[in-house]
Amino acid sequence: MTAISERQQRAYIASQAADMRVNVELETEGMTLNIGPQHPATHGTLRIIVKLDGEQVVAADPVPGYMHRGYEKLTEVRTFPQVNSLINRIDWLGSFANEVPFILAAEQLMDVEAPPRAQWIRTLLFELSRIANVTLFLGDMAVQLGAVTPVFYAFRDREYVLNLIESATGGRFHPNFDRIGGLKDDLPKGWIAETKQVMVKVNAFCDELETLLVGNEIFNLRTRGIGVIPPEVALSYGLSGANLRSSGVDWDNRRDTPVGLVYDKLDWKVWTHPDGDSFARYWVRLQEVREAAKMVIQLCDGLPPGPIMAKVPRIIKVPAGEAWVATENPLGEMGYYVVSKGDLVPFRVKIRSASFNNISIVPWLLRGVYVPDVITILASLYFILGDIDR
Amino acid sequence: MGLVESGKLPKPLTKLLNISRKYSMWVYQWGLACCAIEMGAAFGSPRYDVMRLGVIPFPASPRQADLVVVSGTVTDKMAPAIRRLYEQMPEPKYVISMGSCANCGGPYWDSYSVTKGVDQIIPVDVYVPGCPPRPEALLEGIVLLQEMVANEDMAAKWKGEPLVVN
Repeated sequence: MTAISERQQRAYIASQAADMRVNVELETEGMTLNIGPQHPATHGTLRIIVKLDGEQVVAADPVPGYMHRGYEKLTEVRTFPQVNSLINRIDWLGSFANEVPFILAAEQLMDVEAPPRAQWIRTLLFELSRIANVTLFLGDMAVQLGAVTPVFYAFRDREYVLNLIESATGGRFHPNFDRIGGLKDDLPKGWIAETKQVMVKVNAFCDELETLLVGNEIFNLRTRGIGVIPPEVALSYGLSGANLRSSGVDWDNRRDTPVGLVYDKLDWKVWTHPDGDSFARYWVRLQEVREAAKMVIQLCDGLPPGPIMAKVPRIIKVPAGEAWVATENPLGEMGYYVVSKGDLVPFRVKIRSASFNNISIVPWLLRGVYVPDVITILASLYFILGDIDR
Repeated sequence: MGLVESGKLPKPLTKLLNISRKYSMWVYQWGLACCAIEMGAAFGSPRYDVMRLGVIPFPASPRQADLVVVSGTVTDKMAPAIRRLYEQMPEPKYVISMGSCANCGGPYWDSYSVTKGVDQIIPVDVYVPGCPPRPEALLEGIVLLQEMVANEDMAAKWKGEPLVVN
């Protein structure tokens, strides 16, 4: 993430000025705009230093680190169950989804497998946290473009999903529900019926937003053709999740590298969009919420009976070895590389979070766009600061 | 407000001023981490609706705010920005520290990059515990702060003396 050098920048400005008649007449010179570190448009504390030529961005330099909490070092002094409670807070909108890859990696090392019912409930909660995460994006993206209403809808319908997660796990935001070898508890009584009702509400929310935004002319003008990422560029920057799929790359870890979860037993579809612009990123995520709601209903119907916990010793010592597990989290591919030396604590945990790679494209993507589009592009990339800085 | 400066503010006038200050609290949202989403739910969602408490969560800058809610993990890199924000706010100003991280470091109590408590850099009036606190807890914190404001001796605060809360 290095900005281009001053000399290159001056050359760029000169070439732009020669291209644009208005610049020749007005003799604009470079200006630096500092967005952040605390700015409503950045979902947190990302700071972006944007160098402008008139209304056009010449260079953009993201400055992460304002939310760096030292996860990888902290995991070295926490036992495995304690790490589980800590890593909830990486991507705080879809907390349960953070636990799953780590627990799966630890299970791989210990050579235990969760019973089928636990796997189904894990997948169920995973998809619920996806809905809780992405609904907020669907509302928030509209706020960045100046439409305030959708975010109220998003918060309203997100509460229903959070209530479900809370009644099942006890935690509204950070469930800490996953255990090595299964789950902490079974689902409460009447939860399945309630979940199906909420999924009807989620689908209605998606329809509502589709009528409000997707067909809206202003929304289309602000997002279509803005921030286009070609597929080969997306792949070279290591993008994942909906950002990659909206560039037309048909890649989903849930389907392509299934580990421990039961996605192969469900009937669902990976949505892609050929355009790769901000609109495509919004549209793909909208379809993903619908697809997740569809999956949740299937999971509720097909939930097998049985135990929810495998036989695991009370004090967990993970045998020596290395494991890498990555799953398709709401923001993209999230993976944990766990190295254990047979101790109570992991020896080393490398966390590959989706947002860090997703924003690494920002300097490339913002070059040449106009200032209002900066906000559109940042919103449509959809990052969460805890996921970037860890 | 010569009366306030001279310290001879009559009691009924103090009460009147306090009531008007209490119910027109402009909140600057300093959302940092997980708690920012719960703060957003408390301030921006139809279920919790903070404006019924007389709290307006949309000032354009800290210079227009009476109250700042610091919600989330304060890192050492972020701390100077928070200090600067606090200094920009006009007196009388109040601070709510929301969540375990802002209160004392929370789950990152042994981290190398986290400031253990925002009260190390700015004075805090109300602490809201929880990780993250529910939106109801933040509303409770705001109600407690309003009670504190209602019982304040304006003249003492103006002179920078320690607060007398009846």
